[in-house]
Amino acid sequence: MTKAEIIEQIYEKVGFSKKESAEIVELVFDLMKETLEKGDKIKISGFGNFVVRQKRPRIGRNPQTGESIEISSRRVLTFRPSQVLKAALNTGK
Amino acid sequence: MNKSDLIEALTQRLSNLPAKDIEIIVNTIFDSMTTALSQGDRIEIRGFGSFEVRVRQPRQGRNPKTGESVDVGLRKVPFFKVGKELRERVNNGK
Repeated sequence: MTKAEIIEQIYEKVGFSKKESAEIVELVFDLMKETLEKGDKIKISGFGNFVVRQKRPRIGRNPQTGESIEISSRRVLTFRPSQVLKAALNTGK
Repeated sequence: MNKSDLIEALTQRLSNLPAKDIEIIVNTIFDSMTTALSQGDRIEIRGFGSFEVRVRQPRQGRNPKTGESVDVGLRKVPFFKVGKELRERVNNGK
């Protein structure tokens, strides 16, 4: 599934024009990106939480050469699926 | 930010659309994503990330309280991989 198919679903289920649906879908993901960029978390009930986590620097190793390198401190995004989503994947087909 | 905050932020930017419609659309987006995943479909949102279903093989688990062994059946779990653009924005953000 891609954004185009989500737009198609909105068009079919809600009857919005594709142009309008596209604009809104685009804006939803843009807003989510802006929020996460600020380090805020997003909780979508029934779907899951997107959380920004601060990682401390650590020593990693180049698996090819065995060389040690420092992996700098960074911020990463994690997704924690809700119980509802997890259950949806495990019922029926 | 939760779903209602998201709907509110959208309503402010799309002042020409009724809040009720925006709420329906936001719900439709996440519902259709849930349906896609439950059918085993992969979802790819360019610049944001992709969602896929991973299969966890059945295993012999243990009840940590009683020590009793239990069968944990085959399970499917959603997996999110952050897209390049969002990964960089999160890391450089603020």
